[in-house]
Amino acid sequence: MEPINEINSVITPLNQKNVDTDQIISKEFLKRIERTGFGKYLFYHWRFDANDEPIKDFVLNDERYKDSTILVAHDNFGCGSSREHAPWSILDYGFRVVIAPSFADIFYSNCMKNGILPIKLSVDEVESLLSKDVYDVAVNLEAQTVTGVDGVVYSFDIDPYQKNMLLNGWDEISLTFQYEDKIKAYEDKVAQA
Amino acid sequence: MAKTIIEKIWDEHIVYEEEGKPDLLYIDLHLIHEVTSPQAFEGLRLNNRKVRRPDLCYATMDHNVPTRNREQIKDVIARKQISTLQQNCEEFGVPLANMDHPDQGIVHIIGPELGLTQPGKTIVCGDSHTSTHGAFGAIAFGIGTSEVEHVLSTQTLWQAKPKTMQIKVKGELGYGVAAKDIILAIISKFGIDMGTGYIVEYTGEAIRKLSMEERMTICNMSIEAGARAGLISPDATTVEFLRGREHVPSGEAFEKEAARWLALATDEGALYDKTVEISTDEIEPFVTWGTNPSMGSGVSQSVPFTYDFAETSDKQAHEKALAYMGLEQGMPLEDIAISNVFIGSCTNARLSDLRTAATVIAGRKVHPNVTAIVVPGSQTVKKQAEQEGIDKVFLEAGFEWRESGCSMCLAMNDDIVPAGEHCASTSNRNFEGRQGAGSRTHLMSPAMAAAAAIEGHIVDIRKFGLVNA
Ligand code: SF4
Repeated sequence: MEPINEINSVITPLNQKNVDTDQIISKEFLKRIERTGFGKYLFYHWRFDANDEPIKDFVLNDERYKDSTILVAHDNFGCGSSREHAPWSILDYGFRVVIAPSFADIFYSNCMKNGILPIKLSVDEVESLLSKDVYDVAVNLEAQTVTGVDGVVYSFDIDPYQKNMLLNGWDEISLTFQYEDKIKAYEDKVAQA
Repeated sequence: MAKTIIEKIWDEHIVYEEEGKPDLLYIDLHLIHEVTSPQAFEGLRLNNRKVRRPDLCYATMDHNVPTRNREQIKDVIARKQISTLQQNCEEFGVPLANMDHPDQGIVHIIGPELGLTQPGKTIVCGDSHTSTHGAFGAIAFGIGTSEVEHVLSTQTLWQAKPKTMQIKVKGELGYGVAAKDIILAIISKFGIDMGTGYIVEYTGEAIRKLSMEERMTICNMSIEAGARAGLISPDATTVEFLRGREHVPSGEAFEKEAARWLALATDEGALYDKTVEISTDEIEPFVTWGTNPSMGSGVSQSVPFTYDFAETSDKQAHEKALAYMGLEQGMPLEDIAISNVFIGSCTNARLSDLRTAATVIAGRKVHPNVTAIVVPGSQTVKKQAEQEGIDKVFLEAGFEWRESGCSMCLAMNDDIVPAGEHCASTSNRNFEGRQGAGSRTHLMSPAMAAAAAIEGHIVDIRKFGLVNA
């Protein structure tokens, strides 16, 4: 996966809580057997009406956020289905960072495996971001900060192991193969029990 | 020191641990289905890797399969996904219950049926309702496709130790109240993210008295409360359910296993990071009126008013949900007209669920405005139900009787609720568009859904009469 450290972009404010993965990528688009090509289906039923025409007041259809790579939403983002097609569609659409006060567990870990940085900020901080119309920020993973164009700095926490994986874009499976002897030893122990 | 079952299972499965890292956890059972696995197998091929322990995997196809005319899948991409699983299983030596196999069914229904699901195991699947298997006292959780690939190639996962939560259900269940009502009441009381970061153990008198089928219904929906895994300590009910199943040992070996399973139960005095309680007095038959599983109320209530909510974001979510559902604030839930009924899904499509629903509809007719379907959770459930004559009861009442699969739970196949229509559903998710674009889902128990099919609107099963739900 692509390493990630510094991302500069206008934020896309999606002012909703409990955004579930069924909304992020609807089931009719889960039949593909590839990891790519899901971007055009991101939030499909919020972006397009029954005639496939763009719904004007949905934030992803707002020209001002066309090139944004940072999505901001409210609590419990990514709840529901475990489908990794959700982060795949977010990434394929062009986002690299998602900011919210909280994330659902499986979605959070799915982001990490795909080089998407999920950032948890406080409810107040996220509300302040969501209240802005057009707001440019600089995300720095190394420093664990989000810095607004007006100089406001938001700091975030991230597990050091996860941070390292993202910064380096490491493939977790190759890493785990280094523990092959431990896995073998565990299996031998179980077989003898 | 007194330990919870969660800690006991976790500690037993640590392959490697190091300060500042998640634990490397061994996985005992990996269930696989057609939608979340193709990219994982492709990853193996690209990197020239093998499946480390095909003997610990079990695959089936459920999400995409047609529930009638199995021979001809019209949807080309769906057909591709199904044949891809077939090829992958052949190529990598993974056991598969194919679409025409007598063991085929929803992955979370067949695991327990076959006795693959056992106490003390770590179980994963690329599906969030893997939590179902926790009913047996296993740590079972959903994973993404990258993790599916990781488990296929290493039989392990890096997992940070989760916090533990006890949800205690106190008291005895009232008349007409089902396991589904317990879990819907829990989610509605504590919210859809109460379990984030936790593994939940359900305890209390009401839980102890439940059958294994009912326990599965509860653990199934742990994820709807945000908990990746939910479990129940094993007891005599667990042991008896498993006795004689295909993948459990028999004779003396079984007794030895059973003793080991029972010893896994949470020790007296063990501490949880958090405990919450709900009393059965607070639980009546439940239905959802909104667009996530926490937006539900007792059936005797009305749709809440926006002013009932304190926070702005909750007010907005409530308004948005009612607009989507086409419901008025303050309208009695029993006044909601129903035109579709779905009895199915990994939450409520086991034999006992079908029996309950059949009792409710026996000798009655589906309301003329209603389309009602029954989709048994597995081919085994279907066969057993047919042996008991339950299929006839449904057919005579005007239900359709289908082949097993996920079906209208997520509407990936042809089984779709038309836009704008209301569906009484025994499944687990009422998200926008879940049962088809524009569909309006009301989650409830099998008895309640069956009664709604007869009346053409939501009804209180306690008034409907004669049920031992
Ligand atoms: S029945 Fe529904 S919830 Fe269960 S596995 Fe299938 S799609 Fe998922």
